[in-house]
Amino acid sequence: MFTIGPVGFIAPLLLWALLILPILWLLLRAVPPAPIRRRFPGVALLLGLEDEDAQTDRTPWWLLLLRMLAVAAIIVGFAGPVLNPQERRVGEGPLLILMDGGWADARDWDGRMQRVQGLLDDAARADRPVAVVSLTDLPAEGEVPMLTPAVWGPRLAGFAPAAWPPVMGEAVDWIESLEGRFESYWLSDGLVHEGRDEVLAALETKGSVSAFESPRRPLGLRPAVFADGQVQLTALRPVGDAAREVTVLAYGRDPSGTERVLARAGAAFASGETEAEVALVLPAELRNRITRFEIQGVRGAGAVTLTDDGLRRREVALLAGREDREGLELLSPLHYLERALAPTADLVEGTLPDVLLANPDAIILADVATFPETEQDDLLDWIEQGGLLLRFAGPQLAASDVSRRTEDPLMPVRLREGGRSVGGAMSWGEPKALRPFPDGSPFYGLEIPEDVVVNAQVMAQPDPDLPARVIAALADGTPLVTRKRIGQGSVVLVHVTANAEWSTLPLSGLFVQMLERLAISTRPATPEAKELEGTVWTPERVLDGFGLVQDAGTLPGVEGADLAAALAGERPIGPDLRPGLYAGEDRLIAVNALGREAVLEPVAWPARVPVEGLAVARETALKGLVLSLALLALAIDALASLWLSGRLFGVARAVRRPASTAAGVLFAALIALAPEARAQDGGLEGLEALALEATSEVVLAHVVTGDAQLDEVAQAGLRGLSDTLFRRTSIEPAEPLAVNLETDELAFFPFLYWPVSPSQPIPSQEAYAKLNRYLRTGGMILFDTRDADIGGFGASTPEGRKLQELARPLDIPPLEPIPLDHVLTRTFYLLQDFPGRWASRDVWVEAATPDAEVVEGMPFRNLNDGVTPVVIGGNDWAAAWAVTRNGAAMFPVGRGYAGEQQREIAYRFGVNLIMHVLTGNYKSDQVHVPALLDRLGQ
Amino acid sequence: MSDPGHETHPAVGQGLRSRAEGLASALPPLLADAEHLAQTVLLGAHGRRRSGMGDEFWQYRPLAVGDEARMIDWRRSARSDMHFVREKEWQAAQSVMLWSDEALSMRFCGAPGKRGSKGERARLLALATSVLLVRAGERVGLARMDAPPRSGPLQLIRIADALAAAIEAEAAGSAAPDYGAPRAEILPPQSRAVFISDFLGDFDKAEAALTGAADRGVRGAMLMVLDPMEEDFPFDGRTIFESMGGSLAHETRKAGDLRDRYLARLAERKDRLEMLARETGWLFTSHHTDEPAQKALLWLYGALERGH
Repeated sequence: MFTIGPVGFIAPLLLWALLILPILWLLLRAVPPAPIRRRFPGVALLLGLEDEDAQTDRTPWWLLLLRMLAVAAIIVGFAGPVLNPQERRVGEGPLLILMDGGWADARDWDGRMQRVQGLLDDAARADRPVAVVSLTDLPAEGEVPMLTPAVWGPRLAGFAPAAWPPVMGEAVDWIESLEGRFESYWLSDGLVHEGRDEVLAALETKGSVSAFESPRRPLGLRPAVFADGQVQLTALRPVGDAAREVTVLAYGRDPSGTERVLARAGAAFASGETEAEVALVLPAELRNRITRFEIQGVRGAGAVTLTDDGLRRREVALLAGREDREGLELLSPLHYLERALAPTADLVEGTLPDVLLANPDAIILADVATFPETEQDDLLDWIEQGGLLLRFAGPQLAASDVSRRTEDPLMPVRLREGGRSVGGAMSWGEPKALRPFPDGSPFYGLEIPEDVVVNAQVMAQPDPDLPARVIAALADGTPLVTRKRIGQGSVVLVHVTANAEWSTLPLSGLFVQMLERLAISTRPATPEAKELEGTVWTPERVLDGFGLVQDAGTLPGVEGADLAAALAGERPIGPDLRPGLYAGEDRLIAVNALGREAVLEPVAWPARVPVEGLAVARETALKGLVLSLALLALAIDALASLWLSGRLFGVARAVRRPASTAAGVLFAALIALAPEARAQDGGLEGLEALALEATSEVVLAHVVTGDAQLDEVAQAGLRGLSDTLFRRTSIEPAEPLAVNLETDELAFFPFLYWPVSPSQPIPSQEAYAKLNRYLRTGGMILFDTRDADIGGFGASTPEGRKLQELARPLDIPPLEPIPLDHVLTRTFYLLQDFPGRWASRDVWVEAATPDAEVVEGMPFRNLNDGVTPVVIGGNDWAAAWAVTRNGAAMFPVGRGYAGEQQREIAYRFGVNLIMHVLTGNYKSDQVHVPALLDRLGQ
Repeated sequence: MSDPGHETHPAVGQGLRSRAEGLASALPPLLADAEHLAQTVLLGAHGRRRSGMGDEFWQYRPLAVGDEARMIDWRRSARSDMHFVREKEWQAAQSVMLWSDEALSMRFCGAPGKRGSKGERARLLALATSVLLVRAGERVGLARMDAPPRSGPLQLIRIADALAAAIEAEAAGSAAPDYGAPRAEILPPQSRAVFISDFLGDFDKAEAALTGAADRGVRGAMLMVLDPMEEDFPFDGRTIFESMGGSLAHETRKAGDLRDRYLARLAERKDRLEMLARETGWLFTSHHTDEPAQKALLWLYGALERGH
């Protein structure tokens, strides 16, 4: 391919045509623009006038240049210019495409996959067998899946970055186990991994190696550390180049359980620095909710760090039974607890109901014996949902009869009356020391200081299930600490006081350690290896390579020792120990992709290995662009030619507004460009216009059925009725409107005419809600099935069935055929028939109340309340009312004079109907006039 | 006829009725426009200011010898012992000859759709003047009709008919000279004349007609109707200008350069016409088709009134 700079040409021979440009120049230059012929009577005055100069005879040079450019662009365009023509990668023999496949690849995984695809395409052209292998997911030793590149295309989607770094040691073994020679392309993540050089050396024994690296390096985040009341995080980058700021997001569940960003902070990398620190000061409540930190907008497990119990500060509520020993601080039952817990837990104090509202992690009751019944139930609920109730014994508990005969639900054991005291003045024996904690006790492994002795305690009643509940005992075997599980929580009773009255336990360091083990106070951030030894931890959540938190599913448990080694950085994480949250008996430990001491270092490739970027330069065909430019130039040329020959503004100048013409053209273009904008504006204005139109005068309206002809007849019918009302009554309606049930507001219209056609769509739920509101608030709908000529009232015609279907969701009262004394018969005219185009008597209105009575001497029943919300009939009234624009009736009614009479009655029915709508039962109330006059004494 | 949307049946076209309708279709707009235009001019009777034949009362005078008995105004005489004769003002009708140019140049219109051609304006003014004059009881004639001036509403219909024929000729695009010139020989001696034209043709012909008219004792008014485009010359670029009939042509490479010289020549033409009018006792003014027609009509009316 022939290339100039970054542009290549598909058909370079065409470029020879550029040689004709000079000839064109000469030709065009000689031809002046054509003259215009104008008819102009004033020519008589022009005869004999000479032109002042003959210069404009020739085409101006800039116009020529423009034309030349246009022609040149056409020639170049057809020569097929291509930007960044792709150079094809050539090579022979098998090819191994190796990816690191660790979390560091995740940041530009798509780019990597595209690059791999590009390499596969090249290999396909060269017809080479290819294997694509990820170092985090190696095939079995000695196997390499050399396949045709086309097979790999669909398989690429199956690759995903792992959350752990590539395992180099295994890779060396695997490469060495392969037979034959092959070329290697290594897509590196750009980070130093131990053993990379060995892998490189192994690859080079098999063939040449090329490396590919992304200029976008991965970012990392060290685990969060809680120190000095703030959460400290460190963001890492491999290369300390320009200053840059990244945003660290703290994710957690809000009180409604939705995961969301709880806090954010910016970490600024100084220029040249590879670490950026950020400290978050958060309220304890918020901090305890945080489940992970992320660097915003950076994918990869390394940019995510999960938090475990190390960050959490427990909320502990302290309650004491009696607070009557003022001044005796050291004897306060809570003093030692407060001292032990204050540095590592958030303490809550208050009455039990208040404390329960705060939903603390643990409640400590120092020598509290009894609660009111309701509080006890609340406390039980709280325990069942995972609360830890820690009770200390004391004189009150010993004196009370709580849990004597039957086990109190809030006590782990039954107690013997009185307790015991040993080693005191009035008792024999020595104060008792503690027995080493048994295996299975939460205190297992704690050192017991020599000086911890117990003088007095409450005694547990021997029970069949007592031994299972003892988690600490005195040297003579009497239980010292007992525990009972309730639901997800537990009740723990320490059989001594929380102060130093009954034992020296609260004075020792063991007391603090025991509280820690009970998960009341916060533990040191990193669990010690010794602590974890022998335990098994189940993964709860794991991170995938992109840094997304996944459910662990059925992943196997992990040995505590491995966990400890991983946390200490002595053991690399891998497929059998993935980054994630591991749950032990009563705590969570987070394993992150990056440890506390992790650093990111850029890889340095030896000079012999060629390193390429990942960017895939796209071939861009410029043909369309160049040809468009040519067209543009030609368009400008046309305008310029017009201008030169005086035709552009020739006519406009007569009006002396050339500028406004240009502006007009521009404006027209803008209008053509923005039709949607106008349509959107039109929406609101249309609504307002409708409201104004409908409310400034009385307006009759009909429902749009979607049948154009029917709607037209309805419109014409209402127009005829409006005209009649205007002529005969004081109602002077404006031009009737068509109402769309879905979009238009109905509240403006006193009356809706609804012609029923079998084809009309059923309105939506919202429209029905609107209709029901309309009917309830005094609107009237006249349903017209227009079928009285062929069927009676009911479901015998398609329209009738459609009406039933339409009216089913409507809020319509019971109906009856219009009675002879209905107010509709006399609101304006006295009527007995209600014909339209057809003369059927089947017109239905709201049924009269059953208690309506015929009053003696009155022609009408006493029906005073309400306007019927619906009138239903099939007389096709609109057709009888319909008039054309010039006032002539649109449809014949009946035959001859009788028909005209029928039309007249139809109009009268319309007048009566609208009168009824607008004046309500006014005419009905007239029956009272004689009585009123009588009462007035007239 | 002029309404393309209204087509008549071919068999109907020959009858009197259809011709009348065809006539009416062109007449009402023109006549109505003319009447409407004439309404804007407040009419005053131009009596002779002496007694004579006429409709208006002039004076009572005592019966003198030689008066016939039937001339006595008995109503007045009954109020006194003397006999009175009721004299009326002498209202002599004037003959006015109208010439509206029908040459091709009058068919020019600079902005079709926005304003009419010069010829349309000329016909409208001619008919409106006729309406005014007929109302005043004068005798009016149209040069096109080759008939002596007459008075009365019927003459108005005839004039409108003749002008409608001119409209037809224009619509049919029938041949006509490029530029028109008035003819002095058809003017009755001692009458009045109104020439409405663009006067862009040969100046000598206009001069000959005017001096000939003056020789016959005819006085009158010349109205030069021009299109605004002819006043502005808004042309540019390479152009070939042709007269409406194509008999004259002028090519220029830069029309914009000619503008000043064209305007100077137009001003000179107006000056010469003005001078000619003054010498022969006529009146001259120019009128543009984008101006309201009332202005020109008022001027024409005033010009004819002045001579009484």
